[in-house]
Amino acid sequence: MSQNLDTTQQEIHEVHIHRDDFGSKMGMWLFLFTEVLLFGGMFILYASYRFIYPNEFVLAASELDMLMGAINTVILLTSSLTVVLGIVALQKNNKKLCLFFMWVTVVCGLLFLVNKYFEWGAKFHHGIYPKGPALQDMSEGEVMYFGLYYVMTGLHGLHIVVGLAFIGFVMWQIKKDVLTSTNFQRLENAGLYWHLVDIIWIFLFPLFYLIH
Amino acid sequence: MDNHNSEHSEHSEHNDGHIAEAHHPSYGVNVLVWIGLLALTSITVSVSGINLGSLALTVALIIATVKTMFVINFFMHLKFDNKVFKIFVGVCMLIFIVVLVLTFFDLTFRYE
Repeated sequence: MSQNLDTTQQEIHEVHIHRDDFGSKMGMWLFLFTEVLLFGGMFILYASYRFIYPNEFVLAASELDMLMGAINTVILLTSSLTVVLGIVALQKNNKKLCLFFMWVTVVCGLLFLVNKYFEWGAKFHHGIYPKGPALQDMSEGEVMYFGLYYVMTGLHGLHIVVGLAFIGFVMWQIKKDVLTSTNFQRLENAGLYWHLVDIIWIFLFPLFYLIH
Repeated sequence: MDNHNSEHSEHSEHNDGHIAEAHHPSYGVNVLVWIGLLALTSITVSVSGINLGSLALTVALIIATVKTMFVINFFMHLKFDNKVFKIFVGVCMLIFIVVLVLTFFDLTFRYE
């Protein structure tokens, strides 16, 4: 530290903080790969059972509301856009606009969960849930489809909740000027996580809703 | 990329870490990518209505992959990012495909 005493105040400040945005980003990407491992395993499980029960999967998928899935896709894609626009706004030093875009993202995330609630609620109402009455009359392949449907969309929904918490935390730090136009890596990391959750939905949507 | 490196060496005198710099942030490109993603979504929905038989899954997966490429390259900034992240993502996708293909070798021959 002593060799830095003749440098300016600002530089000493930087030494104290020891910021490493590159390392921060790399840590986030490495974490995202573990998420790919988690969901990748499930997609392979889905692929295997769809291979074994192709007709049962088509039959079971007819229970799903394609419009609901499509609306949720549009909602998530839009929320991904607003995260990126939020990052651009912060980089352009427009804190207000950044927070506005992040609020839109949060509202989109919540809307997604509300849709999911109604979707799952309708399934429960029809007796489609673990050990539910409707499943008793279904073939093994259809039961497998709904098992995968609940686990995969459920885990994805959980990721939306975690992503919203992450975004909420980052918004608070932006509000408190902890994150600024020259220090935005944590906002980018929250964005990276949110985009991964979006990508998982990009695959879940055609695989569960668009089988005919 | 050159900007990146010089920025790094400039700061390394008093900070071991790398300070991120914004790369020409712009709203317009991202909005265009979003419009593209919405268009691809409507294509995949309308195509699913046509009876393509065994091709339907392939078409749906190709469209989903194209959408993913847009999200990764533009929204996740991979296109403008350091090479090491591109290699990371490539290796990750490769491992997933290898495991998927190996699983299908098992599945195909087990039920013959």
